[in-house]
Amino acid sequence: MTLKVIGKPIPKVDALARCTGKLQYADDLIFPEMLFCKIYRSPYGHAFIKKIDVSKAEKIPGVLKVLTGKDFPISFGILPVSQDEPPLAEQEVRYVGEPTAAVAALDENTAYAAVRAISVDFEPVKPVMTIEESLKQEMIHKIAGLEFGDIEKGFLESDEIFENTYFYEGNTHLALEEHASVAVPEPDGKLTLYSSTQVPHYLHRTLAKTLNLPPSRIRVIAAPNGGGFGGKSDVFSHEIVVSKLALLTGKPVKICLTREEIFYLHRGRHPVLMWLKTGVKKDGTITSMHFKSLLDGGAYGSYGVASLYYTGALQTTTYKMKNYKFEGARLFTHKAPCGPKRGHGTPQPRFAVEIMLDEIAEKFQLDPAEFRKKQLVEPGSVTINYLKIGSISLGKCIDKVIERSGWKEKFRKLPFGKGLGLACGSYLCGAGLPIYWNPMPHSSVMIKLDRGGGISVYCGQIDIGQGSNSMLAQVVAEVLGVEPSEIKLFCADTDFTPVDLGSYSSRVTLMVGNAAIQAAQRAAAFLKEAVSEKWGIPKTRIELSEGRIWDRENLNLTIPLAEGIQLAEAKFGAICAAGSYTPPKSPGNYKGSGVGPSPAYSYSASVVQVEVDPETGNIQVEKVWIAHDIGKAINPLSVIGQVEGSVYMGLGEALMEEQTFRARYQGVHKTPSMLDYKSLTFKDMPDVETHLIEDPDPNGPFGAKEVGQGPLLPVPPAVANAVYDAVGVRIREIPLHPEKILFALKNKPPKKNFPDFHAPKIISVPLPSLSEERSRQPNSSLTPDSSASKNPS
Amino acid sequence: MIRLPEFSYYSPKTLRETLKILASERGKARAVAGGTDLFPNMKRRVQTPAVLVSLNQVKELHRNISRRRSAGIVIPSGSTLSEVSRNQLIQQFYPSLSKTASSIATPLIQNMGTIGGNLCLDTRCTYYNQSPEWRESVGYCMKAPEGKPDIPCRVAPGSPQCVAVNSSDTAPLFCALQGEFTLVSSDGERKIKACDFYRNDGELYLNLKPDEILSEMILPLPENLKVCYLKLRRRGSFDFPVLGVAAALKIANQKVEEARIFLNAVSSAPIEAAESEKILIGSSLEDGKLKKETIAKSARQAVKYSAPYDNTDFYAFWRKEMTEVFVKRALESLNEPEILKEL
Repeated sequence: MTLKVIGKPIPKVDALARCTGKLQYADDLIFPEMLFCKIYRSPYGHAFIKKIDVSKAEKIPGVLKVLTGKDFPISFGILPVSQDEPPLAEQEVRYVGEPTAAVAALDENTAYAAVRAISVDFEPVKPVMTIEESLKQEMIHKIAGLEFGDIEKGFLESDEIFENTYFYEGNTHLALEEHASVAVPEPDGKLTLYSSTQVPHYLHRTLAKTLNLPPSRIRVIAAPNGGGFGGKSDVFSHEIVVSKLALLTGKPVKICLTREEIFYLHRGRHPVLMWLKTGVKKDGTITSMHFKSLLDGGAYGSYGVASLYYTGALQTTTYKMKNYKFEGARLFTHKAPCGPKRGHGTPQPRFAVEIMLDEIAEKFQLDPAEFRKKQLVEPGSVTINYLKIGSISLGKCIDKVIERSGWKEKFRKLPFGKGLGLACGSYLCGAGLPIYWNPMPHSSVMIKLDRGGGISVYCGQIDIGQGSNSMLAQVVAEVLGVEPSEIKLFCADTDFTPVDLGSYSSRVTLMVGNAAIQAAQRAAAFLKEAVSEKWGIPKTRIELSEGRIWDRENLNLTIPLAEGIQLAEAKFGAICAAGSYTPPKSPGNYKGSGVGPSPAYSYSASVVQVEVDPETGNIQVEKVWIAHDIGKAINPLSVIGQVEGSVYMGLGEALMEEQTFRARYQGVHKTPSMLDYKSLTFKDMPDVETHLIEDPDPNGPFGAKEVGQGPLLPVPPAVANAVYDAVGVRIREIPLHPEKILFALKNKPPKKNFPDFHAPKIISVPLPSLSEERSRQPNSSLTPDSSASKNPS
Repeated sequence: MIRLPEFSYYSPKTLRETLKILASERGKARAVAGGTDLFPNMKRRVQTPAVLVSLNQVKELHRNISRRRSAGIVIPSGSTLSEVSRNQLIQQFYPSLSKTASSIATPLIQNMGTIGGNLCLDTRCTYYNQSPEWRESVGYCMKAPEGKPDIPCRVAPGSPQCVAVNSSDTAPLFCALQGEFTLVSSDGERKIKACDFYRNDGELYLNLKPDEILSEMILPLPENLKVCYLKLRRRGSFDFPVLGVAAALKIANQKVEEARIFLNAVSSAPIEAAESEKILIGSSLEDGKLKKETIAKSARQAVKYSAPYDNTDFYAFWRKEMTEVFVKRALESLNEPEILKEL
């Protein structure tokens, strides 16, 4: 079957609206009588609230309502196990910027003046600002301990043991669109919330819980996101607060956060202190790996339990290892809460592993590329921690970047100051489990065919700029034989669209894509049946293509699609179809096995070339080559955009980005502005050469895998490895600030100590039996038909 | 969105009118030209002037950059940074200034921001350029709004004065070029040397009275002068400098006759590295170039004039070390035929 739409580099379906300013983001929405909300935020990192006095604020003309913690008795959190966040703090504040009171007023300036008039009597306590101190005070959120096989035995079998400590600094998403929400009370007493969110479904559930209303009385509409990167995948205080204010005042209430407030909202990359021990045979075989991580979680749970397990989960999806142990803890500190950011919990361990592989290769005098290629996991295999691998073309990715970068001629051969580094990565194509346990599909798509030929597609998914709207339109267009521009999309509206769990964990293309294929095939089936009856030919001869319906064996026999729809409508009534997707069951069933499984895994390899100034320590990234195992690119243009975006973000994290705080002064954020928080600008980006490796995955729609997050992973360790090649200093932490390199060149490398930490309980998991390692059936699922048969619903 | 606080706004057409308004407002008014620094500061309530007097329509401040026979090049303070960088006279006589102006912030800001504004740039500090909420968290600082006296410096609590940083790129250059500034008020006009215009005090960083404005700058015509300006910053795209080095050498008869080195962004004013200059003055050239040892010695001396604190981007102790590297590179670049290098 030749693909007509899939694989074409076409502009995004909403590109024109986005580029011409026509797209309505949440902050663009205006309603009659709309009020404005501002939030009073804690000035202390840690304090007890003695008294809140809002009387002055309430007396300001134009102020309609002031809320405090006592108005919100029900706490919330994105994970069922961490319902620890109050919409407004009542007794205790745990980070600078924590929402403590809220105001609705006729205009923004009045609301701001009212917030400034609120007076809170705090009893400050010394905030806990470090992993070490939090561990000492046992401010532990969650501990994990898992052992697969017997690592001690594995270490005994090794020829050499490598052991080191690594540190990955926290950083934030920096999406250009500031979080905004508008809550609108409807005439029938119901509530509609428009919000810049990646997770309308979870937001819907949380509003029902915290407002104590049945979900049927709440409608959540995710407005198009101006970037999310994980920063809009939690439910936030302001979303609950404006909803309550709207219900109480009977008027629409809007809030748009300032950039500074978004630094406090955060939920970005966890700072992670890591310890890694690897036993290796001289030929490169990894006999044992022991990994420990300590995550600085900030003040609240967020996705933290998942983040913790993710730091230990995906080490196994790239290279074979015979024994593996993971111990980790997520700790609370008095800082803005951390959460999921592009790569969620996996860039940190990937940084440690890929640097250590570089060290191992050097010790054994192996080429880092060849060494890695020898250890790759097999397609269709089950990893030591029970993750089912589908397609893997990491070897091809490595070959591509090696060839394009001139690795063989350059590595360890460039003059002092210039260097090349290689690293790889792997990521999920959607989490195998939803965040709250339920047996329902993760994604559903509805299609309605209009007798005039119109195709309406309904899905709960939200485009956060990654191009998922275009993906959805392309998939449906392919199956129904029309151009993507013919598809009318209705997305992310809990009243109108079937549930999709949200734009996180790189799940949308795979899960929505598969659900869309099924829905479109079911819609097509109505047409095929009606038309085949009319023409008196078997259904198998009917083809939908170019906006028409054809007899494959007699191309003179053809009618426009609209006519086919009319035939079907006459026969069956209104033509509506739905499709759903539920990920396959994971082979693992130990405690903690819920994090890591995915229908498929993407792979990336990158070579970075740097020039290091030995007098200053400054790094200039000269070029990045990156190859990404995409399975099948539904829209190569969009995919390359995502790869380049990931490289940008990875370079920012490697070179400069850091979310840090001043312990001396209440724990305030050091740089809560886009000028002072340093991230690469467009002008600072080096040349990036992207290669897409297509090796269709049996579980992917048309074989497609994810691209939004995975390509970030190899970038930071590749930069660190390149710095070593350039000037011979091994920096095991990021960001790679110039002074770290300069002082390392003067024999004073940065040194982090890993505290004495052991998980009190280790769950010992037996190794997966070899019989489970079924080899994958190649090309079993390239056509939509076979993919749909996998997903009965 | 944080909006600007309320203020009264004047837009006079003549200098006389401008000075009259400034005098009558008795220090409550602030002059504003491009506003690229003042307005963001006002949004954050870092500065909250009740009255703004726009200089944008004042014709005397927007004359052409011209050559005054005996004095040199005259630059009206209202010239935008773009105009300065593209001006033919500047490019001919002071290419280093042209280059420096084009390296400030972003092209958009260069189109709005003026050279006068850059020379009068408010000092910066990561404890000062913050929102009121943030500053309340740390208890404000020495450079606080009126009515909050006796607050210690938060960066260096023992410091008797504010250590906010002078982040102007052009200030050290005008000092090294021996520029002279004309200050005007309703009381009349006075001239001041560029290097005397600045005070090493983050709070009172200019020798400029509240009702006075900088109207023009005069640069003497260069004779056998080699000049360069180098700066350190995180991103070449738009960051403020966190170390600036302006170096000017007058060469005659294969000898350094005059040397001026000014450091900026490592203190509250451009600081003259006198010891570094002393080593250069009188030193003889080799094949028309400064000797390596001379450069190294001079650069080493500069470090003691560099007093960075933890109140900008980058680590302070590293910035101090970089002073030597940047002075060395500035002097080395003067040896090159292409001397207009910026890092």
